[in-house]
Amino acid sequence: MAQYKLVRFTLNGKEVEKMVDVRASLTDMLRNDYHLTSVKKGCEVGECGACNVLIDGEAFNSCIYLAVWADGKNIRTLESLTGPDGEISDIQQAFMEESAIQCGFCTPGFIMTAVEILETKKLYTRDELRKLLSGHLCRCTGYENILNAVEKTMKRRLGVPVE
Amino acid sequence: MYDMKALYEATSVENAVELRLEHPEAQIIAGGSDVLVQMREGKRAGKELISIYGLDELRGITIDENENIRIGSLTSFSHITRDPIIQKYINVLGEAVDMVGGPQIRNIGTIGGNTCNGVTSADSASTLHAWEAIVELTGKNGVRRLPIKDFYIRAGQVDIRVEDGEIQTAILIPKASYENTFGHYIKYAMRNAMDIATLGCSVNVRLSEDKKTIERARIAYGVAGPVPMRAPHAEAVANGQPISMELIDRFGLAVLEDINPRDSWRASKAFRQHIAVEMAKRCLFESIRLAGGEL
Repeated sequence: MAQYKLVRFTLNGKEVEKMVDVRASLTDMLRNDYHLTSVKKGCEVGECGACNVLIDGEAFNSCIYLAVWADGKNIRTLESLTGPDGEISDIQQAFMEESAIQCGFCTPGFIMTAVEILETKKLYTRDELRKLLSGHLCRCTGYENILNAVEKTMKRRLGVPVE
Repeated sequence: MYDMKALYEATSVENAVELRLEHPEAQIIAGGSDVLVQMREGKRAGKELISIYGLDELRGITIDENENIRIGSLTSFSHITRDPIIQKYINVLGEAVDMVGGPQIRNIGTIGGNTCNGVTSADSASTLHAWEAIVELTGKNGVRRLPIKDFYIRAGQVDIRVEDGEIQTAILIPKASYENTFGHYIKYAMRNAMDIATLGCSVNVRLSEDKKTIERARIAYGVAGPVPMRAPHAEAVANGQPISMELIDRFGLAVLEDINPRDSWRASKAFRQHIAVEMAKRCLFESIRLAGGEL
């Protein structure tokens, strides 16, 4: 017998509530109930990072997170980065400039981890960034361009010269 | 959608114990990075789950009235690594759990889940064994505490009494264990991220006041046997001995008397024995260096 629960949470800045099937993953709820299709279904076992979202500022693979756990949380997906007139954010722009995208499937997950990294307002070394981004798989770019994009945005935001 | 029969969400530790007594067949889920994956794979398909993930009272790290370091069972790996108490007294634990999976896994994975799984490769397990951690369980009869070596029964099985409604509520590191003690962990794996240890080795030492003698050396392994284990022969070689490179070599070789790794698709027994010796030596060297000893 299906079991439902009412969850109330903040989604991309808006208070929302939903009766959700307790068997749903957070990926299921974000895609099916809110049509937030930046949240990709990849491996669905927490290995590839394509479904990554921010929950209270920390990066989580939403495929291995129960939708009911969203109750009371602040959840952000890639869609939250869109500006009021539909403009894209600096980190998305940097991904384009650095050719950090090819097929695009891993991109939303990578960018949301990049947002978590950038919000710490710390200057990380290249090796530290490599480790911080290691929870995502990309089969197209070979990672170097992604690292370049994140490093460049980090330095720009901190006012550090970008070579 | 997960193939789940029912979900019971605990509202307090007391309530979790009640739910466990009411639904003895149900599986406890903390962060879910193992349980949900196993459910997806079909291994735990169709099961009932008791979620304790919402119990914030089981999160955080404190020093209790007996000066034990108390780690709430739901504390995530990333919070352990960033915690000032951990960094001050048992930094190696923060370093070890910073090697679990990848960043998102370290945000969801909990130290309670890591130990309750009873898996030998758990990155926290060798360090917790080497620091003689105490596991705290709460059930219908109150609190029960036992040394971590007794908590692990066999591969995948730990001493949690479902019939008493027990759940793990904390992991404690006694003062006698962490005082003046410095340690190092090495994880040997094929990749730097998202990989399971081929072998894990955690060593810690307490040196004499003049930093010339090892007062106490402790070493534990993951994946050197069906459950995490200490290497008492190696410890006996080093305890009370003056520091030297020759001692480090003898310490490394002595671990072969204790460990019992197996052939698996990840690595052969012979390879694991080979790296076990080398990892013991490097971990001891680094622990002595961190403790202020000279080599």
